[in-house]
Amino acid sequence: MTELLVRTDDLTKRYGERIAVDHIGLQVRRGEVYGFLGPNGAGKTTTLRMLLGLVRASAGTARVLGAAPGNPAALARIGMLVESPAFYPYLSGRDNLRVFARYAKVPGSKVDEALETVDLTERAKDRASSYSLGMKQRLGVAAALLKDPELLILDEPTNGLDPAGMADMRMLIRRLGTGGHTVLLSSHLLGEVQQVCDRVGVISQGVLVRQGTVRELRGHGSLRVVAEPLDEANAVTARMFGAERVSVHESALHVSVDEDAAPSVNRELVLAGIAVRSIGWHERSLEEIFFEMTAPEEVAK
Amino acid sequence: MNASVVAEFMKLVKRPATWLIAVVWMLLTLVFGYVFPYFSYRGTSTGPGEPVGEQALSGALPAELASTAIQGMPLFAGALALLLGVLATGSEYGWDTVKVLLTQGPRRLSVLGGKLVALAVLMLAIVLATFVVDGAASVVVASITDSPVNWPPFGELARGVGAGWLIVVMWCFGGAFLGTMLRGTALAVDVGLVWALAIENLVRAFGSVVDFVDVVQRYLPGTNAGSLVAALGGSAQGQPGGTPGVTEVVSGTHAAVVLGAYLIAFAVLACVLLRRRDVL
Ligand SMILES: Nc1ncnc2c1ncn2[C@@H]1O[C@H](COP(=O)(O)OP(=O)(O)O)[C@@H](O)[C@H]1O
Ligand SMILES: [Mg+2]
Repeated sequence: MTELLVRTDDLTKRYGERIAVDHIGLQVRRGEVYGFLGPNGAGKTTTLRMLLGLVRASAGTARVLGAAPGNPAALARIGMLVESPAFYPYLSGRDNLRVFARYAKVPGSKVDEALETVDLTERAKDRASSYSLGMKQRLGVAAALLKDPELLILDEPTNGLDPAGMADMRMLIRRLGTGGHTVLLSSHLLGEVQQVCDRVGVISQGVLVRQGTVRELRGHGSLRVVAEPLDEANAVTARMFGAERVSVHESALHVSVDEDAAPSVNRELVLAGIAVRSIGWHERSLEEIFFEMTAPEEVAK
Repeated sequence: MNASVVAEFMKLVKRPATWLIAVVWMLLTLVFGYVFPYFSYRGTSTGPGEPVGEQALSGALPAELASTAIQGMPLFAGALALLLGVLATGSEYGWDTVKVLLTQGPRRLSVLGGKLVALAVLMLAIVLATFVVDGAASVVVASITDSPVNWPPFGELARGVGAGWLIVVMWCFGGAFLGTMLRGTALAVDVGLVWALAIENLVRAFGSVVDFVDVVQRYLPGTNAGSLVAALGGSAQGQPGGTPGVTEVVSGTHAAVVLGAYLIAFAVLACVLLRRRDVL
């Protein structure tokens, strides 16, 4: 059994009439980088705030590091950066971390370590209000690292960063992930999740529509056949592999078989007197899958 | 909670607003307690009021240090204390740092408890500083007017410090409560100052004519702060040499009890709100 650091059952949050998070069952395993993927307003931040004990659930349960959300002993093992990084503008970067370290009861020596990790040592003496957005984001990560946490909860940490800053941040997260931390990373950027994460949960309109590895989400590819007449081609391939494996999509035939079935499909079609214009291997992009999964009619199911 | 107190102190001491408020506080206590009285003694006051002469001078001499040092606490110092309280809690919402504090591990109540303890200690430091600054000013006034330097007995000074502390901590916790309730600084400052500077005075104006308003005002924080000062020898507003905000509506004991009750109520209410509400 893999140990679950985060486990929610039917976790729900209502704001008046609106359901922000709708019976979510999230499972984050020890040692993985888990991507919590969903468009803006899907309910990611609300979920993470519930996991941290900042927001009370309306229904359902959550266990984080084996304890109820907000449990002080568990919080001592969690680092977090939720929504935008927050600081005292009149304090230096280092003093900000010192204040947080006090509350977390971690020794002051951790402050310089954390600054080093995010490459902010040189500017640590400057006021936090003078930092660029990227530096603030990095200082936010440093604050999350102070406790040397087992579990890192990062809410859209690349938001607002320029491409170079994003790349840096992703590398940092990947490094933390391989360094024995478990990371729960929320994002609305598919590419980011694909690059950084081991497993993904997709949330849309408060509903967790899918959870699994990137491979699993993507599903199997198919042979895409453009031929004429299409319905005869459909009949031939259905006879070969069964009708349930064949579908028509955008005036092309999609046959769910292995790639090396292509020559035999081609031969059968030609023998049946069908004009084959093209035949090729097709994998849906994650983008397509993402849009499909987060489409309102799909979520309603 | 110790850790929270220390962390809170780091924030308070390094915050420019804290020092700005403390400096304004000292300037106001000097101006109203010593500079203006000295000039009205010298007869240079050009206002409609006649120079109040000896009476004004006596308040500015060392013998009356205890009452003079606290006479501003019901009004301007109370308002400044309220401001400090609002800033201490409200800014955490404005800067969104409250979510960071509450996820570091301490319980919500120890975060707020640490804040309140740190604020109370800061208030004590400022009240003591007020006595030191005012004491020095009174010696200056005594020497340039050739008056005797008779210090009040230690018991009177200690009572003065205690009363001043009670008054400003009450206002300060009121501010901390407003900052927590309204989750920010702007509105909380407005509400607090309008209450302390305007509404209390209006109620007091009607209190002398309408009976039930009089009953109400006996339980208002400002009235009780003013009465506590009056009980310790401060002259009430309207009397010669009297100070705005100082009143004789209730007895000193009544005032101390009501102020203590407000202080506790503000602290408890702030705790309840922080504990129960979502941090959004
Ligand atoms: N404090 C709040 N009051 C009312 N509705 C809220 C509140 N916070 C979030 N919501 C709503 O809950 C939904 C989810 O928001 P959020 O969790 O911030 O999404 P995400 O982080 O995925 O962008 C949104 O529809 C948002 O409008
Ligand atoms: Mg969000």
